[in-house]
Amino acid sequence: MSASDLPILLPAYGEILLLVLASAILLVDLFLPERLRGLTHWLSLATLAACFVLTVQVVRATGGQAAYTFGGMFVADLMANVLKLVVYAAVAAVLVYSRRYLAERGMLRGEFFVLALFATLGMAVMISANHMLALYLGLELMSLCVYSMVALNRDSATSTEAAMKYFVLGALASGLLLYGMSMLYGATGTLDLTQMAQVIAVGQVNGVVLVFGLVFVVAGLSFKLGVVPFHMWIPDVYHGAPNAMTLFISTAPKLAAFAMAVRMLVNGLIDLAGDWQQMLVVMAVLSMALGNFAAIAQTNIKRMLAYSTISHMGFMLLGLLAGVVGGNRFSAPDAYSAAMFYTVVYVLMSLGSFGMVLALSRAGFEAEELDDYRGLNQRDPWLAFLMLLLMFALAGVPPTVGFYAKLAVIDAVIKAGQIWLAVVAVLLSLVGAFYYLRVVKLMYFDEPRDAGPIAPGRDVRWLLSANGLAMLVLGVMPGSLMALCLVAVQGLYPLAR
Amino acid sequence: MLENYFPVLMFIAVGLVLGGVLLAVGRILAPHKPDPKKLSPYECGFEAFEDARMKFDVRYYLVAILFILFDLEIAFLFPWAVVIPDIGFFGYAAMMVFLAILVVGFVYEWKKGALEWE
Repeated sequence: MSASDLPILLPAYGEILLLVLASAILLVDLFLPERLRGLTHWLSLATLAACFVLTVQVVRATGGQAAYTFGGMFVADLMANVLKLVVYAAVAAVLVYSRRYLAERGMLRGEFFVLALFATLGMAVMISANHMLALYLGLELMSLCVYSMVALNRDSATSTEAAMKYFVLGALASGLLLYGMSMLYGATGTLDLTQMAQVIAVGQVNGVVLVFGLVFVVAGLSFKLGVVPFHMWIPDVYHGAPNAMTLFISTAPKLAAFAMAVRMLVNGLIDLAGDWQQMLVVMAVLSMALGNFAAIAQTNIKRMLAYSTISHMGFMLLGLLAGVVGGNRFSAPDAYSAAMFYTVVYVLMSLGSFGMVLALSRAGFEAEELDDYRGLNQRDPWLAFLMLLLMFALAGVPPTVGFYAKLAVIDAVIKAGQIWLAVVAVLLSLVGAFYYLRVVKLMYFDEPRDAGPIAPGRDVRWLLSANGLAMLVLGVMPGSLMALCLVAVQGLYPLAR
Repeated sequence: MLENYFPVLMFIAVGLVLGGVLLAVGRILAPHKPDPKKLSPYECGFEAFEDARMKFDVRYYLVAILFILFDLEIAFLFPWAVVIPDIGFFGYAAMMVFLAILVVGFVYEWKKGALEWE
């Protein structure tokens, strides 16, 4: 026995550190006396910061090239590392935003932080997976943590109901996904995504079994993304979960789901693009239509943002489906980087808008009805302005970054020759603008109904300001983030040649 | 082709014979004094025939889940132990990491009082 048969662990340093520190926090929190419990919060933030720095170092060490380890199951390419950096930052922001909310409701316990960190680990594994089983492992680690986070408020009937629905539908989706994976394994004889792509490219594969598996995999995938017709859980879970958990599930897991879609469909099955792109067209159009129209009818801002998530994920799919045109991958990097940019920007927007819901809440008051936002401008002009920026970004109004995200995706769709799809996307975004602007109207032109104090902590106020202003700054200067997404996507295995 | 299945046939035959012999031996040699308690079906401390929708202690779930967890751990250890000469230091280290993670979980459940019945 020697140490020489160990795999090279460098690409997975970030995940290893996260696992060790999360386990350490679990134990430390157990033995901390009650008065020092606040320490867990800071330790969790320090953990995420350490993982962030280490991931940057991994990028430096690999020079942005794809590095494989664990027998090709795990890949750290530039897309993986960039998405992981965003995930770490997003989870850290979630912890900061939700601290006061959880403390006021007696949920600020070590379990929340440990579950959040382990869910983050699951996302990182998903993002870096180059093998169907690694992907599934990361997905389950993330999902199981998130189910329990939704149910963390055990005495609330709505939370428990939301967690139950989420769990049952999530388990069903996992089943579909696994079934699809087994089909793909049956057709290609491998679960390794790189090898699978090679086997399919050679062409001697049973096409019926392959497409059958593909259908199930895409169905499982769209459950996790939450696009129509697999969206039913999103409004109920977003609405039923405590606000802090809604903030969590609406942000970082979207990045992981995007990475999962890219790994499966682009890394593994790009030669079947003709088949899966058709499915994505249907799901994208239905999601944008249902999400935007149903959001209009909502009176609860969490439910409204839940339907908005559905429509945004549908929009993101437009980028993914515009990559391959008639077997030609020439425009794929542009299209996929537009989708990646869209996802990252959506996560920032969602972080800000749910962060605002948390900032306005207080003990015994959830700030989740649209009426609670009436006259916000009179009560706190700065927060109202930040919310205005976030809503403009979600609606896609220039000069906020939401506009450029939509522009890049639509540009890719037009370049792929699907003019009608671009027209539908623009029209449905116009429908969506109504309910975002309604929030702005309530804040600026209505009389306040609620007169309670607005007292987010100083850290929340700073972070929220940075988050809201980022919409404007990134909107004026989207170039560097877009370039980063493009380089990241160009490093993907099937596009690198 | 078919002769490949001969061991399966042998297995079935031995299983049938052994099962029959054991029942017969028990019937012939064992003392036979039935009473109502002995003849009633047994099921983990519950009444065997009653309404399924009854209340029982939720702690059963906890114990059952913890049991399954550590039972599975042992199930993983068996194949690992058989091939340990072939898998080298990496295989050894991987299992140690796995066990370390389980120990973390074990410390957590112990300290949280999940193992206390009262």
